[in-house]
Amino acid sequence: MADGTRGKGDRNEPPDDEAALSARLQRLGKRLAQANRPSENGSGPRQTADPSAIARGFRLSTELVAGVLVGAAIGWLLDRWLGISPWGLIVFLLLGFAAGVLNVMRGAGIVRERHLDE
Amino acid sequence: MAVDPIHQFQIQNLFPVAKIGNTEIVFTNSAAFMFAAVLGITVFLVGATSGRGLVPSRLQSAAEIAYEFVATTVRSTAGNEGMKFFPFVFTIFMFVLALNVIGLIPYSFTVTSHIIVTAALALTVFFTVLIYGLIRHGLHFFNLFVPKGVPIYILPLIVAIEILSFVSRPVSHSVRLFANMLAGHITLQVFASFIILLGTSLGVVGWIGGALPFLMVVLLFALETLVAFLQAYVFAILTCIYLNDAIHPGH
Repeated sequence: MADGTRGKGDRNEPPDDEAALSARLQRLGKRLAQANRPSENGSGPRQTADPSAIARGFRLSTELVAGVLVGAAIGWLLDRWLGISPWGLIVFLLLGFAAGVLNVMRGAGIVRERHLDE
Repeated sequence: MAVDPIHQFQIQNLFPVAKIGNTEIVFTNSAAFMFAAVLGITVFLVGATSGRGLVPSRLQSAAEIAYEFVATTVRSTAGNEGMKFFPFVFTIFMFVLALNVIGLIPYSFTVTSHIIVTAALALTVFFTVLIYGLIRHGLHFFNLFVPKGVPIYILPLIVAIEILSFVSRPVSHSVRLFANMLAGHITLQVFASFIILLGTSLGVVGWIGGALPFLMVVLLFALETLVAFLQAYVFAILTCIYLNDAIHPGH
């Protein structure tokens, strides 16, 4: 976190007068703008796909649940077929949770979609 | 007065069609409403395009807006190459939209509130992606599950997660539409039944108090109208995103 170290540097400066304070405010403003920009960039390519924010919200609502459910189902079936209870359920529930989180992050545009990997 | 918010989702057998083995194939109210949706879409599109005026009529502009809307969605999500799937996406969008909107009419039946219908649609999309991807890219299609630049020692874990993520798609695709329609219609019915319950149990005071749940029903109905459109849109856009994987997997 580069911002964290810079934050410490700011804190060490004595807040002597109004000028210093306004300069710090300006720096803070710049850093806030910088901090906000990556998230905008991240959602940039997705914006063309999801013009409506509500649509994206609806999309995310079930992604996590679906991942966990599929993981649990696969684990349970493997347990029944191979008789390795409860290891299939444990392993695939965790994998399913990971897949669900991945789905949500893809849907939110935090992680790039698969096809963009070059 | 008994209130059963689930009653509206009951499948009723209308008349038997055929019998295969021990399974009887029956024409149900669900099938009837699906036919109604297809008929409605066909009448709308045929009627809209029969004039083909340079200055579009009202119906024609509605059809043009629907076309433009879906075409923009497909192009922006799956690229120009995705347009070969335009008929598929447009069919799905119009079908789901028509079913959702017909379901909003009081006393009608909401086909999309049955998971078997939405699951069938989602699985159709899923297998279209899988089969088209395999035909077009061969085994190279499975590179979809192998992200580039991942250290070899965590690759098996990542591949397992990617495969699970891929398999969970039809589940989230179908459950989203089904759950939203089901929950919305149950909420509407419950709030509407409050009016009757208040009125029949408290008399005049109850009927006046019933204005509050009535206001809720009006607001919820507006929300449900929005949801009906949005869910059809979300279903279509996810179809495009998934088809995009079949067209451009991993490179």
